[in-house]
Amino acid sequence: MTEHAKPREVISVDQLVQTIGGQEILRGFSLKVYEGETLVLLGRSGGGKSVFLRHLIGLMQPVSGTITVDGQNVSALKERDLAKVRRCMGMLFQNGALFDSMTVADNVAFPLRERGETNEDLIAQKVDRSLQMVNLHGQQRKMPVNLSGGMRKRVALARALINEPRCMLYDEPTAGLDPIVADSIDVLIRRLQRRLGVTSIVVTHDMKSAFAIADHVALLHEGRCYFYGTCDRLRASTDPVIRDFVEGRSHEEP
Amino acid sequence: MALARYVGEILLSFTRYLGDLSLLAVETVRGIFQGKIHWRLVTQQIYEIGYRSQLVVLITGAFTGAVFATQTFFQFSRLQMDTAVGPVVSVSMFRELGPVLCGLMVAGRVGAAMSAELGTMKVTEQIDALRALAVHPVDYLVVPRFLAMLVSMPLLVAECIGIGIFAAYLLTTKVLGVSEVYYLHNMLYFTGGRDVAMGLIKGMVFGVVIVFVSCHQGLNAREGAVGVGRATTEAVVIGSLFILVVNFFLTMTLNIFFPAGK
Repeated sequence: MTEHAKPREVISVDQLVQTIGGQEILRGFSLKVYEGETLVLLGRSGGGKSVFLRHLIGLMQPVSGTITVDGQNVSALKERDLAKVRRCMGMLFQNGALFDSMTVADNVAFPLRERGETNEDLIAQKVDRSLQMVNLHGQQRKMPVNLSGGMRKRVALARALINEPRCMLYDEPTAGLDPIVADSIDVLIRRLQRRLGVTSIVVTHDMKSAFAIADHVALLHEGRCYFYGTCDRLRASTDPVIRDFVEGRSHEEP
Repeated sequence: MALARYVGEILLSFTRYLGDLSLLAVETVRGIFQGKIHWRLVTQQIYEIGYRSQLVVLITGAFTGAVFATQTFFQFSRLQMDTAVGPVVSVSMFRELGPVLCGLMVAGRVGAAMSAELGTMKVTEQIDALRALAVHPVDYLVVPRFLAMLVSMPLLVAECIGIGIFAAYLLTTKVLGVSEVYYLHNMLYFTGGRDVAMGLIKGMVFGVVIVFVSCHQGLNAREGAVGVGRATTEAVVIGSLFILVVNFFLTMTLNIFFPAGK
């Protein structure tokens, strides 16, 4: 029998609790993410998926619980000390969060310039390559205000990817996109995982997308991790909460 | 009892607010010494704050100087003290009117713009995007504005004072018929380096107040467009009130180091 090396734990979340406006959004959420895998986090709208994702990169501090990224306790780090952890990660925000005072090229080049890159030829080359990856070649000079929602999201993805992060966090990457663009984003996430070994955490409602990209799926329900397993296990589950979510049933009378 | 609680709550929230402003100030100083200074943004902000505020400041200074000179002349001429208009206008412009009015105008023009820009960035997650890209928002947004204000504000105050005194001089000597020689002699005799220093120091302090109040409002904006609107209004109102209150304490303190009169 061949012994497979156990994949390394990149992210470990233990008993995460978060309260917003007096409402407990996360009630002891725990999860592990392994190196090089794509984990899809499912859950109902307003259930705390995005809130959870923001904790991973230190944008929010938990009420209690720990978040460990690459062996570092992110929840204990101060804002300035988080920079080192954040340099290894990329995040795609739900609405792109592009800097609207900059062109597409400047947005994508931003992380490079902030890390001290001064060679403009190299920057232009990398921006070009990054935009090509998201099928937006030739849009460098446009302003974000002149882009469609889908294009904004793809520019944001190009910006997040330009420094080749080891871990990517996607907040609803395919929401609001047409099926073809949505599929191309799924393909891109898969390609990044295969070619560069990027660890990805994808928050989504899109079951088609989830089944296309996930190595593991987690379902966030009532502030806790209700299900964790492979897509096959999710499909085969007979649990009513999981079945309702997978099949999109609300049980409301027409 | 209810009144005591109400007053207590106001005092507590005011103390908390001052604490927040102090923390922002500490983080800004830390950003200057530990972070990366974005000189391109500093230059851009000098253009926005300094260069583009000139018209507002010049008009404010000119008309304030002119109207103050006119009123002073009307009162002083009854006492045969026409030539004292020069020093009165000059010293007042340097010590009080120039820095305060310039500060109020800049709080309205620049403070509102700063708070609206940062507030919009906050509610559209652009500030979170900065943080996610390992860039400290204070280093990127507040430090350049702070440094630009330190450079721009004394220059704007100097312009405001200069044009005010010039307008007063023109009006008093050319229109109201006061002797130029006595006017200039008295003005130069009673105005000294201490008045200039007071005006410029006040201007710089008001600039710092405007930056921290406006940036704090912007960085803490929430609830979408309504929140940005509220942050902008509060930035102007709080900034202006702070300028008036700080001016009183500055006058009392600076008078010890730069006493008025010969």
